[in-house]
Amino acid sequence: MRRSPMLASLTRHKLTVLLLILQVGFTCAIVCNVASMIGHRTTQMRQPSGVAEDELVMLESISVDEHNDPLVRHTSDLAALRQITGVTAAVAVDALPFNSNNWSNGIATEPGGNAAVTATAFNGTPGERQALGLRLVAGRDFLPDEYLPIDSAHDWSGINHVAATIITRALADRLFPGQDPLGRLIYPGDGPVRIVGVVDHLLRPTLDESAGNDYSTLLPLLPDSGNVIYVLRSAPSERGRVLKQATEALTRLNSNRVLRHGQTFEQLRADYFSRDRSMIGLLLAAAGGLLLVTAAGIAGLASFWVQQRRQAIGIRRAVGATRENILHYFQLENFLIVSGGIVLGVVLAFALNLVLMEHYALRRLPWFYLPTGAVALWLLGQLAVLGPALRAAAVPPVVATRGG
Amino acid sequence: MFHYYVSMALRSLRLSKAQTALMVLVIGLGIGASMTMITVFHAMSGDPLPGRSATLYVPAIDARPLATTRNDASPPDGNLTWPDAQALLRAARADRQAAMTGGSAPVRSTRAGESPVYETGHYVTSDFFRMFGAPFSAGSGWRAQDDEQRARVVVLNSGLSRKLFDGASAVGRTVRLKNTDFRVIGVVDDWHPRPLFYAQLDSRAFGRSDEFFVPLQTAMDLGLDFSGRFSCWGNAGDGRTSDHCIWLQFWVQLDSPAKARDYRAFLADYWREQQAHGRFPRPVEPGLYDLMGWLAYQHVIPDDLRLQLSLSLGFLAVCMLNVVGLLLARFLRRASEISVRRALGARRRDIFLQLGVEASVIGLAGGVLGLVLACAGLWSVRQRPDGYAQLAHLDLSMLMGTFVLAVIASVLAGLLPAWRACRITPALQLKTQ
Repeated sequence: MRRSPMLASLTRHKLTVLLLILQVGFTCAIVCNVASMIGHRTTQMRQPSGVAEDELVMLESISVDEHNDPLVRHTSDLAALRQITGVTAAVAVDALPFNSNNWSNGIATEPGGNAAVTATAFNGTPGERQALGLRLVAGRDFLPDEYLPIDSAHDWSGINHVAATIITRALADRLFPGQDPLGRLIYPGDGPVRIVGVVDHLLRPTLDESAGNDYSTLLPLLPDSGNVIYVLRSAPSERGRVLKQATEALTRLNSNRVLRHGQTFEQLRADYFSRDRSMIGLLLAAAGGLLLVTAAGIAGLASFWVQQRRQAIGIRRAVGATRENILHYFQLENFLIVSGGIVLGVVLAFALNLVLMEHYALRRLPWFYLPTGAVALWLLGQLAVLGPALRAAAVPPVVATRGG
Repeated sequence: MFHYYVSMALRSLRLSKAQTALMVLVIGLGIGASMTMITVFHAMSGDPLPGRSATLYVPAIDARPLATTRNDASPPDGNLTWPDAQALLRAARADRQAAMTGGSAPVRSTRAGESPVYETGHYVTSDFFRMFGAPFSAGSGWRAQDDEQRARVVVLNSGLSRKLFDGASAVGRTVRLKNTDFRVIGVVDDWHPRPLFYAQLDSRAFGRSDEFFVPLQTAMDLGLDFSGRFSCWGNAGDGRTSDHCIWLQFWVQLDSPAKARDYRAFLADYWREQQAHGRFPRPVEPGLYDLMGWLAYQHVIPDDLRLQLSLSLGFLAVCMLNVVGLLLARFLRRASEISVRRALGARRRDIFLQLGVEASVIGLAGGVLGLVLACAGLWSVRQRPDGYAQLAHLDLSMLMGTFVLAVIASVLAGLLPAWRACRITPALQLKTQ
């Protein structure tokens, strides 16, 4: 089939063709950017926290009893919690990934030096690393004599006296690139703290868009304020029962407290990302709606054209064109128009991406979204035009002999 | 004649039901999506303190050290150190001024056997209530000397007051916060500004509310629990009172533009004087933002929501392009009918009006559908876990807005096709047929 009559025919409908190209272009630009946003958020949501997510439950306890040493109470609470059948470990901590309780410190690598990065301090009772299921990739655990109270009554001054820390691999690579971090000194407070171990991952309590989401330090500091989070580890199927029994055990031991946020770690993660999930749903709906509207537009215009050209189709059929010729004619026409739209769409997608990066701190559009979007639109166009094109192919040659 | 055009339009629309339904649906989707987001945006951009907001300002002094990473270079969040907040309070250069921060505590009445409830509140200084015009249903706030004397007094919001005292008068009664007894001296009447503008502004600014208010100095002395961002730098301890930890919010009331100008000058002087003592290494002069300007500067409307608004407007644009194309094809297909009418003496104006009426009928139907879809969209927004969700209601002005938007959009969409169609020449069409 020669192209020239087709192009000539398209130029007869300049305005309509232009509108269709514009529509496909806008759709391509928006859908590519929306797809990139969905991809980015999904990646954010899939970051590994480093902890044994399907085995942990937690319970926050806020004491209102002033005649009570928090350290003693935590010890007796933990002893009671460990009695619960199915509990393999129980610790008291002050922060967890996703719980938004973020105590960040600037980390210097020499005394009085400038803090190159900030990292979250995770503090807890002995056994915290094992209970959370953090994977030690180098070094050792804390020794019993390294633990001391965090001293929350005096501005958490424990951090100025603590001697050992276990840090994440990401933080180690940032502070000492290409070197062995074990035995090195860092300064999160006044005094030197020696790195004794490195864990694989430990995500911070709040995430952001920077590269520092995995910059964490574990410190052998015992929580000693009225608020504490008890974390219990058990088999995944036992979590519901363990949580219920933990609430009962703590209330029985001392009812002079508020217990709240009793939940599994999976719930904590789901809550943290609930906004992102609803945003992803919305973005998907927007992209789907756009594609649907565009497909409807293509199909609608194509069926108008088929009706308009019935007589011309009949004449072509009468002078020897096969049904396939007619079908292919409409399919090729649609391909040309959508291709025009895609060329425009690629330019618009980059322009839109620049605007979005300026106003919403979004990242650059990865290139592979463009060919994917283009293929999707070509397929969509062909699918949308198929119905009208088949109707056109079904026009009998006898139409040519009738009046329009 | 207009009536005739309407009935012609309806007849023509009935002839091609599927295509008409498609156009109405597309307009409805575009209008519904954009109206939903515009309504949410409109509700969230409202003034939390109408009538007062113009005289309220935030002095933003950036005390942080020089930025070393891109992340540190974020704009100031308005948080002050304890010494700076104390200095501004003592200078008292504004008509009213207050320092404040968020906190939380287990609260209970002193009746035996009551279990405590965990509540969030604010630790503030005495001018807070009069500056923000907090509506008291009983009692009042405290005086400046109560701040100095670390008085153990508390102002309750009526929700907590009802919870603790079952509707009985709370003023004069005692409540226990954490492990200290406080005397209730006032109850504010369901006071929940949205957003909670005076607190640290973050993605939850629309969902928060405060149930109790305690003098800031008292809370410091008793070591009550604070909440919110508390950022420190340097290696000299993380004390609440140190001059390298920022965590306090500060508001001033300045009743005239001249006073605001003077206060700006005062802040600049303070900044220069402190710089001479080696503080404030960032080369950023202090700012003074009025309430609405501050909300905009701190992006109190989440970026996600602004993105959703842009997306819905983009969607509307594509929908409209679609409708323009469909209308154009529809009108041009009737070229022979139009050319006959033209040959019989109809002016271009008449053709334009006739087709314009047809486009408007479609637009009107799309607007009705869009309204229904916007109601459904707002319902879905209300199911979101965010604090702004309950603000998402359609009011009368938005209802009118929907219709105006729908009709304007579809008339605009109909203009181009109608203009193109009324240029069809009568003679040529008669000849080719």
